[in-house]
Amino acid sequence: MDGSAARQVDYQALVLDYVRSPDQDAARPVRHPVVIVGAGPVGLTAAIDLAQQGVPVVLLDEDDRLSTGSRAICFAKRTLEIWDRLGCGERMVETGVTWNLGKVFFRDEPVYSFNLLPEAGHRRPAFVNLQQYYAEGFLLERARALANIDLRWKNRVTGLETGPEGIALTVETPEGEYRLGCDWLVAADGARSPTRRAMGLESRGRSFRDRFLIADIRLEAEAAAAFPTERWFWFDPPFHPGQSVLLHRQPDGVWRIDFQLGWEADPVAERQPERVIPRIQALLGRDTRFTLEWVSVYTFACLRMERFRHGRVLFAGDAAHGVSPFGARGANSGIQDAENLAWKLRLVLAGQAPEGLLDSYDAERVLAAEENIRNSTRSTDFITPKNEASRAFRDATLDLARDCGFARSLVNSGRLSLPSTYRDSPLNTPDTDAFLGAMLPGAPAADAPVRRQGEPGWLLASLGGSGFTGLCFGDGGALPPARLEALRGLARGAVPVQPLLVLPPGAAAAEWPGIACIEDSEGLLARRYDATPGTFYLLRPDQHVAARWRQFDPALVRAALARAIGQG
Amino acid sequence: MLNTELNLAAPDDVYEALVALHRDLTPAQSRLVNARLILLLANHIGDAEVLRQAMARARAGIEPEGRDDTPQVVA
Repeated sequence: MDGSAARQVDYQALVLDYVRSPDQDAARPVRHPVVIVGAGPVGLTAAIDLAQQGVPVVLLDEDDRLSTGSRAICFAKRTLEIWDRLGCGERMVETGVTWNLGKVFFRDEPVYSFNLLPEAGHRRPAFVNLQQYYAEGFLLERARALANIDLRWKNRVTGLETGPEGIALTVETPEGEYRLGCDWLVAADGARSPTRRAMGLESRGRSFRDRFLIADIRLEAEAAAAFPTERWFWFDPPFHPGQSVLLHRQPDGVWRIDFQLGWEADPVAERQPERVIPRIQALLGRDTRFTLEWVSVYTFACLRMERFRHGRVLFAGDAAHGVSPFGARGANSGIQDAENLAWKLRLVLAGQAPEGLLDSYDAERVLAAEENIRNSTRSTDFITPKNEASRAFRDATLDLARDCGFARSLVNSGRLSLPSTYRDSPLNTPDTDAFLGAMLPGAPAADAPVRRQGEPGWLLASLGGSGFTGLCFGDGGALPPARLEALRGLARGAVPVQPLLVLPPGAAAAEWPGIACIEDSEGLLARRYDATPGTFYLLRPDQHVAARWRQFDPALVRAALARAIGQG
Repeated sequence: MLNTELNLAAPDDVYEALVALHRDLTPAQSRLVNARLILLLANHIGDAEVLRQAMARARAGIEPEGRDDTPQVVA
């Protein structure tokens, strides 16, 4: 794969030209439906999602470069599925390093290994590792292909006035300031969010008294062969006593090594090559040849804003919440924020849903942030014990993990990012029929292999790109005309629900105009959704389950749809 | 429900074994042995509610005199 076209763009070196916007010469501030601040992975994802749904977006970024250094490197299955819907998942997976296996070592012995995706029949792996600059580069190229995204580099927001009718912005450029108006502002401007500060808002939580060193190194092929494509995590290894170390592979022969340093470490001295290189040699051996790509010393905090919606301003990603890096819950949760927000904003802008729908963005994503912070804090407490007793429990757990199964489940080197189930969301219609399994209202829809017009494909790729879907499980027989007409009727509503009929394995493809069909080619779809003939799932545009029934009843579907768009 | 009445057939034997478990250990070694023992027993008991009651009883009446290397609240 090395040498492919994708690799030839040096995304870290790319300078994104400032271009004068006609808005800067307008007599009166030009008003846009949506302005997004921050063209990182979250801002770009939100912009693409909105633009794909027909909403024009202005995307402002104070800088003229993509990410410097690899930064976020683990992109989770759900993130890849979201990017699939946005038309750039395949590139991420092609370039990224796919991995499912993790190993944990205590001192010099392996104590525990895990497979994050133990079952087959999913399009995407548990994770791919990909430098953030690749992710941003691919998102940027996708964004540039959409005519209704207006990307403005070197545009820094210096003034912000919020009101019930809209927002007035002052934007600084290399050619001076200009004014801009918008209906809605999405603040995806990072952990130090200038928007958050300008509004006098806080992100509160706990910082941890520990420092970590990231060293990205490029290994020569011979040396690289010694390390499989797995996540390796050491507690108290002989080459770095008393601390933890993480080793993880990225594309282009680059490896991420993360050394725990402790609170007393000097953050400036520790990033000097004369300090970093011996640490790496202690791990790899003195004779292994490598080059340093990027070095950074960091601390972290688990924190969040109390609310993510403040009137017409919506906070997403690191601007809204922060976690430790152990668990890959930072960028991944930000991408989920973006997709949760995009369809809601589109419906509100179109006048098809009340503004209150945006409060469900707050409710659902605050809950997700709490879940991420809880998991991240637990991992951090395991990796950085806070007193003698917690260190004893940690070491005892690792020691027992060698031969006691239960202890392996307690080993916590990061509980890796999974999408949240919005269990108590106001948008859900609670079950009235009995179902088993994970696909409860609020859950992200599980993927499954299907066949479409004879061709192998995937469920998630068969769902509508930006609307609601009515997933209707059939028995393979003919559908009564009244049922067909009712299914088609769903697609004609003000907020359409596209019917998608699931046929059992081996069923002949049916031809019903206006109704797409997929064959549950391996029977996994019905199994994962605990479906029987007649079962109907209402899926939201972000592919979360809104409601489900054992039988299709158009009146119930319409009521659940109203609820899912904030009219319930 | 945590049973705080006698549940051991030979209580003196068990107590003696607990004391013997720590013979000649440094405080740090003892702390590790106790941690292993608690983890093994917690898993064996398996009832989170019983464990919470036991933890609460174990902690009762002890006013903290130490200080964790605690995380800070940040804004």
